[in-house]
Amino acid sequence: MSEMTINLKIWRQKNTDDPGRFEDYKLGGVNEHMSFLEMLDVLNEDLIKKGDDPVEFDYDCREGICGSCNMVINGKAHGPKHKTAACQLHMRTYSDGDTIVIEPPRAAAFPVIRDLVVDRTAFDRIIEAGGYISVKTGAAPEANLIPVEQEVSNQAFDYATCIGCGACVAACPNSSASLFTGAKIAHLNRLPQGKPERARRTIAMVDQMEKEGFGDCSNYAECEAVCPVGISIASIAEMRREYMKAIF
Amino acid sequence: MPSLLEAFQSQVGRKILTGITGFLLVFFIIFHLAGNLAIFGEPDAMNSYSHFLHQLGPLLWLARIGLLLIFVIHAWIGISIWLKKRKARPVDYKVYSTKGGPSKQSLSSRSMAFTGVVLLVFVVFHINTFALGDMADTQLANGTVVHDIKTLVIDTFQNPFYAFGYTFVMILLGAHLGHGIWSAFTSLTLRSKKASAVIYSIGVIAAILLAVGFLFIPLYIYFGGGCEAALIQCN
Repeated sequence: MSEMTINLKIWRQKNTDDPGRFEDYKLGGVNEHMSFLEMLDVLNEDLIKKGDDPVEFDYDCREGICGSCNMVINGKAHGPKHKTAACQLHMRTYSDGDTIVIEPPRAAAFPVIRDLVVDRTAFDRIIEAGGYISVKTGAAPEANLIPVEQEVSNQAFDYATCIGCGACVAACPNSSASLFTGAKIAHLNRLPQGKPERARRTIAMVDQMEKEGFGDCSNYAECEAVCPVGISIASIAEMRREYMKAIF
Repeated sequence: MPSLLEAFQSQVGRKILTGITGFLLVFFIIFHLAGNLAIFGEPDAMNSYSHFLHQLGPLLWLARIGLLLIFVIHAWIGISIWLKKRKARPVDYKVYSTKGGPSKQSLSSRSMAFTGVVLLVFVVFHINTFALGDMADTQLANGTVVHDIKTLVIDTFQNPFYAFGYTFVMILLGAHLGHGIWSAFTSLTLRSKKASAVIYSIGVIAAILLAVGFLFIPLYIYFGGGCEAALIQCN
């Protein structure tokens, strides 16, 4: 088992108002089987032992499901691998002596809370604007009451896999949230349960996306390249189609 | 519900407008190139074409105003998107690179604002040189007296500053269209992955053909010697 020494250049920022700066760390004893986050855990153990503040980063499942771990590694959201969240990236991707630059997702709409942790509640507000369906509460309805074609259900599910990690925003040269918003609109508007509110939903979510300060889409498709679940920019085209249907 | 005016000011509305105006501008430059290629036709071809356009009178003015409006909307939205990106990311990355794969980031897509602004400035110079340039009168074979745009074009491109300046800007036009044609389709809601791949390739080929078509003329005139050139017949 080979052990590596990795040079880290990590963005450190005490709070939202702190201008922030890069700190260099040399981390020895990095095992190739470690996940990227485990490597950061080892760094943090060292920092804590030395009495320094550990590097704050977001994570939850560490299984590539939740998307909390979105960070920008050597200029790429979630690191170099396609359809892979940062937590599923392993240190065997790197070689002994490599330098890795780690930055938070950078967008005015995602203010840094501390180090690599950003506030992604802008996404929650886009969902609040229309990313839901209105149903009567009470006993769960009979599952087969509303027929959904298999094809439609599959397409909706493809869009529903968006985990809201924000890698699309992080990687977009314009900091656009179009992939996220498009995926949510495409998911809900395709299903019969989502159809009654499709026009209002589309207008409200697009409106909220703009209010949050995300940039415009320039069809770079970088969002699709970094998306850990591979959401296609077809969702953005679908959002535009839905928007046109809503206003005419 | 927003009004139509409000809707077209939203992020999605703006993108759709960019796509529509982009398409219209592509159609315009295809016609423009077809007109330019008349320089290689019959000795009278270019001047009679220009005469035909001028004879349209109010229709020509309608086209000019429409074109100006389309151009201004396209440029305005493009520049505002570019200005907004700085606001949307006040602190930039120290290291940034594309992840490749489905990404359409390229020199062409990343330089849209630059190539667009150059084209904007170019159009002003271009109109000043040719549409407003000093033209002598000449007689067509059928006796009609018309403005001699052909001679103005040939004379202008004897000047290396114009010949190479135009060539350079036409390369930038090709770069702009390389991303632009596919992007317009995507803005106008193209969803299919397969169609998208095909249209991207067609867009790049069309961009190269248009750019080469346009830049061939100044270079040919400059190096070929204008009226003495094999492909150009003057009166």
